[in-house]
Amino acid sequence: MERPRLIREDGLRHDGRKYDELRPVRITVGALNKASGSALVEYGGTKVLAAVYGPREIPQKHLLLPDRAIIRCRYHMLSFSTHERKSPALTRREVELSKVIREALEPVVMSETFPRTAIDIFIEVINADGGTRTAAVTAASLALADAGVPMRDLVVGVAVGKIDGVLLLDVDELEDMFGEADMPVAVAPSLGLITLLQLNGVLTREEFDAALKLALKGAAQIYEKSREALRDKYMKVRVEE
Amino acid sequence: MSHTPSLELVIPRLKASTIVSILKKGMRSSGRGLMEYRPIEIVPGYVRNADGSALVRLGNTVVVAGVKLEVGSPYPDAPNEGALVVNAEFVPTALSTFEPGPPDENAIELARVIDRSLRELKAIDMSKLVIVPGRRVWVVYIDIYALDHDGNLVDASSIATLAALMNTSLPKVEVDESGNVRVDRGTRASPLPLRNRVITVTIAKAENVMFVDPDLEEESVAETRLVVAVSEDGRIAGLQKSGAGGFTEAEVLTALDIALKAGEELIKKLVISNLGGLKAGSATPTGSSAP
Repeated sequence: MERPRLIREDGLRHDGRKYDELRPVRITVGALNKASGSALVEYGGTKVLAAVYGPREIPQKHLLLPDRAIIRCRYHMLSFSTHERKSPALTRREVELSKVIREALEPVVMSETFPRTAIDIFIEVINADGGTRTAAVTAASLALADAGVPMRDLVVGVAVGKIDGVLLLDVDELEDMFGEADMPVAVAPSLGLITLLQLNGVLTREEFDAALKLALKGAAQIYEKSREALRDKYMKVRVEE
Repeated sequence: MSHTPSLELVIPRLKASTIVSILKKGMRSSGRGLMEYRPIEIVPGYVRNADGSALVRLGNTVVVAGVKLEVGSPYPDAPNEGALVVNAEFVPTALSTFEPGPPDENAIELARVIDRSLRELKAIDMSKLVIVPGRRVWVVYIDIYALDHDGNLVDASSIATLAALMNTSLPKVEVDESGNVRVDRGTRASPLPLRNRVITVTIAKAENVMFVDPDLEEESVAETRLVVAVSEDGRIAGLQKSGAGGFTEAEVLTALDIALKAGEELIKKLVISNLGGLKAGSATPTGSSAP
């Protein structure tokens, strides 16, 4: 594939965004019927569904902990969610992402309230256009809240990339493919805690400091939208009653 | 599915609280400083049959990394470049809770963190690993085995990987008219073309105290870790927050200061210790002692 022009002559990105502009964020809380809680999150063309089941008892008793709930998490991409078909089996990438997403959520879940149970988080990437793990964190955190799991904060994710030496917020797949660096970040904004931080690429110290600032700025906007989406759902419930 | 682990190591609550209270005073129960690594011993060329290898002892943690070069096909999107495959396994010799079987999520994460640091920095000059342009290239297999686990497997693995790559040499190859490749492993043609060196520095955090190179007991009391890949020229070549818990923005910035400084020292140490190691053309490993 030819490398397209990612920063246009007018200084805007290939899709017309400014360097610090998010793609349109759409959030539906309670997208599923059977799950204890669920959320569908879209960052532009990226579409991720998260469902939470539990806290519940599970047959695998040996996994359970006596003083708190365990969190189980699976990040999974649908076979047709990517350009090339992805094998339905879990890849090494998905195994790693399941782990880092779980670890991004552990600090906010008050798991000590439900000892000897499991809280299961299932994430399905329906369409991938960059930033699937960060959209997954946002979706999973909203699904947990929708399930009524006690939490210290919501966690929201966003990625920052470096393309042609410029730092860009919320990179899409094209920018990620031809960029020099991709840094996914997840934050619990009210706790002031960064709970997911990865860097795929090379940054100088100065670039990193600026990239982290940019990520936190984007996360603050997604946090507001997440809170709105949660409020919207429960406002509707009250009207129906 | 990834799940909250039960503790790898169960230590008495009294001991755990002692470790933490000493950390809070800016010291460590082992007598080390917060920013001090355990003694590092590197045995380059530990495995005679590998094309490059190193055994690393980081305190009581022991890791062996080996490089095998095989002739293979290039990736379609990079026809004139060699390929890199990194794998890690935590074998059951290392800890009572490690079980035989395919690599678990921790081993997969470790391998992928090291893979990314090498790949993103272009540490190996892949363009020099072409045998028949567009058809046959060298595939660099790096396999890492944790033999004895006393904490900080990531940094020990990263040191072992770099040391192994530094004493890797390419076997001599002959290509006939029809493009068949014959490998002569008995004769070494040239060292593996390394362009950049990279090392990881793991910073652990327990009750807001940050320190480098956690041992197993310290890992069990630490809430979280940040793995920073540091390049020879002082850039950040990868990051991975690992373990439940999180860092404030200020803590991340402090952790990076620590990592960049420690990384520079580690690479220096490694370069010096590897000078006496296996050179291309030689076949005598310098180490034959037990791990």
